[in-house]
Amino acid sequence: MSTATEHPEQIEHTEHADAHEAEHNGLSDKQYIYVALILAALTAIEVSTYYVDFGPFFMPTLLILMVVKFVTVVSYFMHLKFDNKLFTYLFYSGLLLAVAVYCGFLATFKFFLQKG
Amino acid sequence: MAETAISHGHDVGHGAHSSTGLSNNKLGMWMFLGSECLLFGGLISTYMLYKGRVNAGPQPDQIFDIPFTSVSSFILLMSSLTMVLAVSSAQRKDERNMNLWLVVTALLGATFVGGQVYEFTSFYREGLGFTTSLFGSSFYTLTGFHGVHVSVGIIMLMALVGMNRNKRIPGDRAEVVELIGLYWHFVDIVWIIIFTLVYLIPS
Repeated sequence: MSTATEHPEQIEHTEHADAHEAEHNGLSDKQYIYVALILAALTAIEVSTYYVDFGPFFMPTLLILMVVKFVTVVSYFMHLKFDNKLFTYLFYSGLLLAVAVYCGFLATFKFFLQKG
Repeated sequence: MAETAISHGHDVGHGAHSSTGLSNNKLGMWMFLGSECLLFGGLISTYMLYKGRVNAGPQPDQIFDIPFTSVSSFILLMSSLTMVLAVSSAQRKDERNMNLWLVVTALLGATFVGGQVYEFTSFYREGLGFTTSLFGSSFYTLTGFHGVHVSVGIIMLMALVGMNRNKRIPGDRAEVVELIGLYWHFVDIVWIIIFTLVYLIPS
């Protein structure tokens, strides 16, 4: 009943409050479901590489999809996109350090194996 | 720094705060997750190095069951959705839905761990033990560590539900749910990498 008696200003205010709430905490529940559907679709494409021959695009496709899924979960589900940038720096500096250290580590192993 | 605190007002009002105006708990959790990148980076690198070293036992592409693991991966991915819905409910102070989504997340996580136990058992029966080859050792160590992380996450989720029912969650409840949610999503993103590098890219 209350819906029928609501003024346009009130409706506009409620919509504005919802939008503000979404901006405040991240996304709305419906938007989270859309993000999950996109992730599910990306996973389906990943799995399809097992059945369909992607030729030379096999490896790049998988690696790009992996990075896109990773960044999507971190940005939206972990709220990093909406949160303070300090959290982003903390997390990605750890990640980049890990990637750099282990790329160096693997390269060194490769070098010694070739020498041996 | 004062500007930071004002511009990110939603961070203010959650538990103890540092001079940046940010929650110390949240700051600590993000630092912990950054350090966890190094742990899993090491395990993944070791696997990448040793996956081709098979002197005895089956090769990776001989034992991996991609359709089965794909379903497990999908289940873990969807548990991230239910977790974020739990966080969203907690922020709205919707206790009923928060508990519901937390339990659903724990159940999805338990299904994933159950699938991993089944997978390990079938691999062992096919001749891949922990010490069979360097591939076997690095594979079981990597996926085993991840499985332990998921199991710890399930215990935290169930403890959270129990503590919430007894009204024993200290401080800001929404922040506690968010912190456990961050851990859970991290476990999910690690699996996104493992699924691609270990299962989908052949040796």
